[in-house]
Amino acid sequence: MNSADTSEAELRALMLAGLDGDRAAYRALLGDVRLRLGGYFSRRLSRGSPEAEDLVQDTLMAIHTRRETYDRAQPFLPWAYAIARYKLIDHYRRSGRRISVPLEDAEHQLSVPDESAAVDARRDIERALATLPERTRILVRSLKIEELSVAETAERVGMTDGAVKVAMHRGLKALTARLRGSDPDDR
Amino acid sequence: MTDDLIDRLSHDLEPARGGGVGRRLAVAAGVGGAAAGLGMVLLLGLRPDMPQALETRMFWVKLGYTGALGALGLWAVERLSRPAGDPARRLPWLVLPLAAMAAMAVLQLGFAPSEMRRSLLMGASASVCSWNIALTAVPVFVGLIWAMRGLAPTRLRLAGATAGLAAGGFGAAIYALHCPEVAAPFVAVWYTLGVVTPAAVGALVGPRLLRW
Repeated sequence: MNSADTSEAELRALMLAGLDGDRAAYRALLGDVRLRLGGYFSRRLSRGSPEAEDLVQDTLMAIHTRRETYDRAQPFLPWAYAIARYKLIDHYRRSGRRISVPLEDAEHQLSVPDESAAVDARRDIERALATLPERTRILVRSLKIEELSVAETAERVGMTDGAVKVAMHRGLKALTARLRGSDPDDR
Repeated sequence: MTDDLIDRLSHDLEPARGGGVGRRLAVAAGVGGAAAGLGMVLLLGLRPDMPQALETRMFWVKLGYTGALGALGLWAVERLSRPAGDPARRLPWLVLPLAAMAAMAVLQLGFAPSEMRRSLLMGASASVCSWNIALTAVPVFVGLIWAMRGLAPTRLRLAGATAGLAAGGFGAAIYALHCPEVAAPFVAVWYTLGVVTPAAVGALVGPRLLRW
């Protein structure tokens, strides 16, 4: 079963059958959830981190042993992702890093994973943007996110059209480099 | 490895019994409450004028106020013990008994002659009331924390505080069977302080005790 094909309603049906003792349904559910969890953790931990698989197993265990805390009247995925999020925060806490999972994660819990990719992408862009100098950031935002014209942007920031284009070109280049995980200044 | 885990978990699957969370919490509160009641009767004793007290309005107001805090707190704990459980529709109800008791206290103080006000507020047992309530709440609090450790709270501080508040409410209801105070201002201040104390303790120890 491909995780992108299963809907919340189907997962919930599998969970309800599992709670009533249907092993085949339960196995199908865990198999599907495992893929989602793999994506969830690997997006949030450093690339190729071996901890992601440990967290997947931890979360599957918790889903199993604490399955009576699932409210049959509620959707399944927010419950499962809330457990995953708790395990992730616990992991950060144990490893002594002061990282808080951003609040927008709560929105993620309510969305199906395909949409979460877009949320993740936006967050990655915001994070990369934050590392740029302020003037460049304003330009990128104005031109690429608010989609104003070069002339409008130039007027807003009090630069000539040409200067905006040059700064924008540099800004996008830096942004691309940040998103790839390298710093252009290193080269 | 994860495949093995999934095999094992689905092989071990047993049908879940219905009503798990609510029942578990109710049993814990019940057992804790029984222990607290027993301790109260043995250490403090029921109020000696119990038969007459049953006829007074204030006896039932005290029981209703504290019982409502306990029940509403437990109702919110039921949400807070579940991942993604949102207590936002339950916690605000706590305002009702608190506001009603505060209003009653203010009215009584307002209508009382000024030389009476001090005794309406302090009664004869102000120095021990809140403390006794907090102690009476301990068995209920221990029961609830034990129950919640088998559940899955994810907002540990809030869950601990709410469990403390529920335990405080029930503890205060039990203490009301001992305490002969009848003034609304006394109840509004000292009983409420007795309920809030375990809630504060719960907020402090929740993140440590409720981890899973």
